[in-house]
Amino acid sequence: MNPFIEQLLGQWNYYLVIVLMMIGFYGVIARGNMVKKIVGLNIFQTSVFMLYISMGKVAQGTAPILTGDPTTVYSNPLPHVLILTAIVVGVSTTAVGYALIIRIHESFGTIEDDDIIAQLDDEEDVS
Amino acid sequence: MMQHLPVLQVLLPLLAAPFAALLRGRDLAWGVAFITTGAAFLISIALFLEQRALGTTLVYEMGNWAAPIGIVYVIDAASALVLPVISGIGFVATLAARQLVAAEIDARDHALFYAAWLLTIAGMLGQVTTGDAFNIFVFLEISSLSAYALVAMGSGRDRRALPAAFNYLILGTVGATFYVIGLGLLYMLTGTLNLVDLAERLPQVEETRAAFTAMAFIALGLFLKMALFPLHFWLVPAYAHAPSAVTALMASTATKVSVYVLIRLIFGVFGVEFPGLADAVGLLVLTLGIAGAFVGTLAAIVETDLKKLFAQSSIAQLGYMAIGIGAMSATGLAAAFLHLFNHALMKGALFLAIGMIAAQAGRATMGTIQGAGKQIPITMTAILFGGLALIGVPLTAGFISKLYLIRALLEQDFWLLAGLTFLSSALALAYVWKIIEAAWLQPRPKGAPKLHETASQYIPAWIMVIATLGFGIYATPLVQAAFAAAHVFIPSVAGAN
Amino acid sequence: MSAENLIYTLLGLPLLASALVLVFRNHPNLRDGQAVLLGILSAGAAFQLYLLPTGASLTLVELAPGLTLTFTPEPLGKLFALVAGTLWPLATLYTIGYMRGAKEANHTRFMFFYAVAIHATMGIALSGNLLTLFVFYEMLTFSTYPLVTHKGDEAALKAGRVYLGILVASSIVFLLFGVIGVWAIAGTLDFTSGGILVGKIDPFYVPALLALFAFGIGKAALMPLHRWLPAAMVAPTPVSALLHAVAVVKAGVFTVLKVGVYIFGIDFLKETGGSEWLVWVASFSILAASIVAMTKTNLKARLAYSTVSQLGYIVMGTALATPLAASGAALHIAAHGAGKITLFFCAGAIYVAHKRTDIRDMNGLGRTMPITYTAFALAALSIMGVPPLAGAWSKFMLMGGALDNGYLVVLGVLMVSSLLNLVYLGEIVVRGFFATPKRKLKGVQEAPIAMLIPLSITAFLSLALFFAVDLFIIDFGG
Repeated sequence: MNPFIEQLLGQWNYYLVIVLMMIGFYGVIARGNMVKKIVGLNIFQTSVFMLYISMGKVAQGTAPILTGDPTTVYSNPLPHVLILTAIVVGVSTTAVGYALIIRIHESFGTIEDDDIIAQLDDEEDVS
Repeated sequence: MMQHLPVLQVLLPLLAAPFAALLRGRDLAWGVAFITTGAAFLISIALFLEQRALGTTLVYEMGNWAAPIGIVYVIDAASALVLPVISGIGFVATLAARQLVAAEIDARDHALFYAAWLLTIAGMLGQVTTGDAFNIFVFLEISSLSAYALVAMGSGRDRRALPAAFNYLILGTVGATFYVIGLGLLYMLTGTLNLVDLAERLPQVEETRAAFTAMAFIALGLFLKMALFPLHFWLVPAYAHAPSAVTALMASTATKVSVYVLIRLIFGVFGVEFPGLADAVGLLVLTLGIAGAFVGTLAAIVETDLKKLFAQSSIAQLGYMAIGIGAMSATGLAAAFLHLFNHALMKGALFLAIGMIAAQAGRATMGTIQGAGKQIPITMTAILFGGLALIGVPLTAGFISKLYLIRALLEQDFWLLAGLTFLSSALALAYVWKIIEAAWLQPRPKGAPKLHETASQYIPAWIMVIATLGFGIYATPLVQAAFAAAHVFIPSVAGAN
Repeated sequence: MSAENLIYTLLGLPLLASALVLVFRNHPNLRDGQAVLLGILSAGAAFQLYLLPTGASLTLVELAPGLTLTFTPEPLGKLFALVAGTLWPLATLYTIGYMRGAKEANHTRFMFFYAVAIHATMGIALSGNLLTLFVFYEMLTFSTYPLVTHKGDEAALKAGRVYLGILVASSIVFLLFGVIGVWAIAGTLDFTSGGILVGKIDPFYVPALLALFAFGIGKAALMPLHRWLPAAMVAPTPVSALLHAVAVVKAGVFTVLKVGVYIFGIDFLKETGGSEWLVWVASFSILAASIVAMTKTNLKARLAYSTVSQLGYIVMGTALATPLAASGAALHIAAHGAGKITLFFCAGAIYVAHKRTDIRDMNGLGRTMPITYTAFALAALSIMGVPPLAGAWSKFMLMGGALDNGYLVVLGVLMVSSLLNLVYLGEIVVRGFFATPKRKLKGVQEAPIAMLIPLSITAFLSLALFFAVDLFIIDFGG
């Protein structure tokens, strides 16, 4: 097989991560809608979770539960544990983000970046 | 008891936070925050003194699990220097918060405010203390998440706090995620997350592209968190619209912690010898630093809102720290540490004083303080001294950091850069002068509300002013501590200071 | 007293005076009297210190490793301390007469900052390193600002803005960078005979570094940074007299001289040719300021431009980089100090006695104010450099220095400048004694005695200095 294709297939998980990461990042940067920004942020973070989780996988390894058999191959549990923490952090960030969006909607009546900036500019002119 | 201090340093505010959240009434929660931050300050002083006396690294093993399996808390010369800055500012800001928060935040939210307040302090202390790279991320998020909430609490008076907090959240999370990506790559390469262990294992894989990419991700993420130009756009609105107490706390500490983490990762883990580091990070940081110094200063000169003005000036001041880092030398790092310390003092003084004005007048602009030199002379004098320190006038702390920054640059024959650095810092004179002119040389406009000051309002700011002057007049121990901190990362050359 | 104690005394007396001014704020006579008394004590202390051998040093605090606030009297500094210390009590006495005669307000504030300014001047004079000098230099700027804007009206505030703006900006932007630069290069800031930069800096950078000092020291009023000095003339005349003829401007040129002699080193400057450009800038400053002075009809403005011109002499003495010229420059600090303070004293006396500030209105005043005008004539002759008055020696030595270095053009500049002095200072004397007044003046109408005594003494000093010149020539070696 072509070595390039072989490499591509051998590391497909990383390419997937990169694609996801860029989709998410694009969403964060390019969208003016705040909910969509948060969604983008979530996709972005999820790609990182997958990066960690897939790196912990050991070929032919089973779930890291002690079997007592010394020949058992385990997957590396540490990245999974780390990502458990990161997921918690991600969920809290999302929660805080949505809470802010609700407050912004109450206060500005919109959740579009541009509209808010326009409103604030008007205020500056008045004051 | 003594050997548990490193963990108590973080644990105390962390545990006090939920406790404060349960309390009702505006004074109880404040009391908890006050006592906790006070104790944290004492602990950090004790740790600093102990570390200086022993001259070694104090290591605390969590649950008695030794590194690299367990998580360790590490007090070395660098973290021992940064901890008192955070806890000290935290303490003084809490002292001031009683009035500021009462004036600016709805009484129902006080308990939650102080809970978030303690959490953010705990998070910052944790980032500095921990010896585990992933643990840094966790503490980073603890401090950031509560900081987003704190900034958003400014919405009671100023609804612009909400979008500011939201943008801060987005960019802060992106920065933290970049950091985690870099960390993941490092873990893949080395199989460890302990900072010391990482530094030991990295040289075996330092030629790989993955290692370089990891460095780039980590550096980029931290540039965002420390608001290095041009990644600074979240900072100004977040500082300007946050409640005054929050501005004072965060302007003095939040970005500094990221500077510290950057130094710890770049110099402590990758090391100056790491291939490509001198070019990719050194040169880049130097360039961005000097650019930030000019952009921030010039933006401050045209700004009329005082909080925004000094937030812009913070961009410039972070530029100076970046220049110290970019110099890639022990003197440069020492200068960065010195400025980290000194800038926290002066910005603390400035924002506490400005906060007191903003709490009374609603906003603190050039118009608000016009002719205020006669009405609130003590507060305005505090602002004057803070401003002089920003310029780097001798006998203020700012002079000491400027001195070593220029020396670090001249040691490497960067004459032009030294000149530019100096010029940009001297330009600070322009915005300080604007304030002097407005406050003292112009008459108070007719019909302007009368400003007043009481001892409890200006004492917190003046504590910081006195510290600024004190560390400007007698800086020798601080300079020695800063060099000790720098030598943690770049071993001293024989004969050098 | 030991030299250390004398340093404490000289720095402490003005501070004590300023504190007592506040204590006695409700007793005008006590308040002003103690200032004169302490001034006389400080003059004595300055004289005693001047006669002591050098070598004493006093360190207050160490800011950072190797960076201290230190006072080390050396001949040049002691001379400046003597000049400031001697003229302080005289100026204070004069101030009492002026402030009461001209009915100025806010006496206490004025006396307070006056004494603080003297404290700063003493600090500059006795400083043992550049950092100490810088700190007191800035202190002098800020403590004189309330004096300049004393009147508090629109014009005074505007002038104060120019004053503070130029002095602070130049010192923060250039001088401070020079100080830090020298520290980074040489590792020390101590004033040392022969300089501290020899062999540590590429000669290519010397002119640039010198420029940081020449233009950073705005108080030396080198053109084009001279604008603050005429602006400062809105201050009451005692301020102009002591501060803008002696303390502030002399602090400026003193700093230039001190940096030239003890930081760069005369020989080093000469070897590298780093100060050649400054010779021409100083020449320009001397001539241009003299020409501007001729166009001014306000007496104080004319004297101010004359000061700018004369300060150029001292900068020139530094730039010529020969021991003889440097000695001449040092002597000129004293000679011009005595002469110019007399001129300003007289200007104030004329204002108090006749409320006149414009030279064209001063026709015939000499006959009603014989003492004032005699003093004025003597001081003017000293400034022109006519023997037997003090200015003659310093000008003579500067010319010798110029000849040593082969700057024949400079010789010409100094001569032309003397001629211009003759024109614009002579005019005042001639109008005073020989022109017919527009309105008839009756009899003798002098200023209060408290003003006449000081101006007579300073005029006499200009004369005495010529004969006692040996005491005041500092040997810079070579």
